[in-house]
Amino acid sequence: MSTTPQTTPAPAAAGGTGTAPVLTVSHLKASINGQQVVEDVTFSVPSIGITALLGRNGVGKTSSIKAILGLIHRDAGTVELEGRPIHTLPTHRIVQRGVGYVPEDREVFAGLSVAENLRLSERDDHPRRELVESLFPDLVKRAQQAAGSLSGGQQQMVSLARALMNDNRVLLVDEPTKGLAPKIVGEVADALEEAAKTVPILLVEQNLAVVRQLAAGAIVLSDGHVVHTTDSATSFLDDDTLVTRHLGVGTGPAPKGA
Amino acid sequence: MSTILLLLVTGIGLGAVYFLVASGLSLIYGLMGVLNFAHGAFLTLGALIGWETARIMGADSWGGFALSLLVGCLVGALLAALTEFVLIRPLYERHIEQVLVTVGLNLAAIALFEGIWGTDPVFIQGPTWMGMTTDVLGAQIPNHLFITILVAGLVLAGMVLFLKRTRYGMIIRAGVENRSMVTALGIDVRRAFTLVFTIGGAAAGLGGVLASHYFGYVSPLLGGSLLIFAFIVTVIGGLGSLAGAAVASVLVGVLQQFANYYWSIGDFVVVILLAVVLLTRPSGLMGRKVATA
Ligand SMILES: Nc1ncnc2c1ncn2[C@@H]1O[C@H](COP(=O)(O)OP(=O)(O)O)[C@@H](O)[C@H]1O
Ligand SMILES: [Mg+2]
Repeated sequence: MSTTPQTTPAPAAAGGTGTAPVLTVSHLKASINGQQVVEDVTFSVPSIGITALLGRNGVGKTSSIKAILGLIHRDAGTVELEGRPIHTLPTHRIVQRGVGYVPEDREVFAGLSVAENLRLSERDDHPRRELVESLFPDLVKRAQQAAGSLSGGQQQMVSLARALMNDNRVLLVDEPTKGLAPKIVGEVADALEEAAKTVPILLVEQNLAVVRQLAAGAIVLSDGHVVHTTDSATSFLDDDTLVTRHLGVGTGPAPKGA
Repeated sequence: MSTILLLLVTGIGLGAVYFLVASGLSLIYGLMGVLNFAHGAFLTLGALIGWETARIMGADSWGGFALSLLVGCLVGALLAALTEFVLIRPLYERHIEQVLVTVGLNLAAIALFEGIWGTDPVFIQGPTWMGMTTDVLGAQIPNHLFITILVAGLVLAGMVLFLKRTRYGMIIRAGVENRSMVTALGIDVRRAFTLVFTIGGAAAGLGGVLASHYFGYVSPLLGGSLLIFAFIVTVIGGLGSLAGAAVASVLVGVLQQFANYYWSIGDFVVVILLAVVLLTRPSGLMGRKVATA
């Protein structure tokens, strides 16, 4: 088993609120084309608020999320959603159970209109169109425009809107502010803050100012393992030694690059 | 002038047959990443059973012809759906194995058809009107071309409407772009796989019946020779693009007719066109990026 140096392993909930976690990942291993990209990851996501998943570039944050969703091959380990195993299910069933996904590079369907992108994401007869339209009024105006013709920020709104359209148990949001202008970063962060009032979120985010604004707890990955778990993202970010060791950067806004 | 018009309409007619084969190939590849070598078998079986149907009903009757179209279409659809369900689906995401299994099915199907119908082409006929010609601006246009072009046009319109107006059409368009993101929205994309196979097989089956009237015979090898050109059309048009398949079909058909008539090098010209398109636009006339699976 993996040893976790200088850590506070919290096997139950990182949030420490006493409620059961919404998502529990245990000893997850996953590979892409036979190459192991998630080595042995164990963590849980509290059932309220935003939990940050942090770590250097290439450490396996995106791969962990894809492994939870079954988008890449899982070699071992378990994933439970509200106590029920989901790691045996195919991706579409996992999502139908209530796991919303906002992928790293937005992945909107460029040739489909904004309205079609949103309609495609509606999983039942009660899509939350009002919520989505109030969060992203811009998308209403651009409903008939091809999603591929939108700016990066607008595409991110489409990608977020697709996940918020349904009544999810948890959202997995991967670097939603990546490559966006500072003003748009703020808008995306505000939308996430609003969304987090109704659904717990596991958020991968490189912009530490955004992490500060949004995240309650944090899970830190290094070398394919969870090396640090805390229910106070702020206290982690305030600890320069920890931040430098695990993220390789000083604190502060918008650090970019490897 | 009349020769040019005749060549043009004959070329469009040939393009219409190509389109009926290439449309399915293109959608199947676009959505699933599978080059379907069994597509020719769908066409051949549609043509053979279609012809049997017409013969029973009376080959020169309109009822027999209409029924042969319907039966050819259904037979193609059924064989294609069965192929997807029994052979392709168990090999989910294993693209090389999927292609190999379609190659195997194609060989087995040809052997089976030859066992039943023999290796010689069977010359066929339709209603008397289809064997006659119509004078258009001095050109004597064979009447069967009008039907072939009309049917292909209707199939194209139907496919466009389906892709644009229905939820499954939307899933197919999205899946051609990014299949894994479709599943990540909670959609079982495999149902769309069966659907594109069925639609593609139906079009190929129709194409088989019409091709047998275009060439005047049916044979177990009918599908194989058409499949090669349909593949070329699909690549020129852009894998996964229905509009590309339509444009490229007509382009290839017309070019082939002209080059054949004036210099007897129709097939050669098609290969040159393929090379030119691949060098200047590697993803085809209307294709998106090909690299990502
Ligand atoms: N398609 C792929 N094929 C092979 N290796 C990959 C692929 N995608 C990512 N990796 C590798 O997996 C590791 C983890 O990547 P990723 O999960 O994207 O990290 P992060 O999201 O933390 O930046 C990296 O070493 C990366 O090189
Ligand atoms: Mg990443």
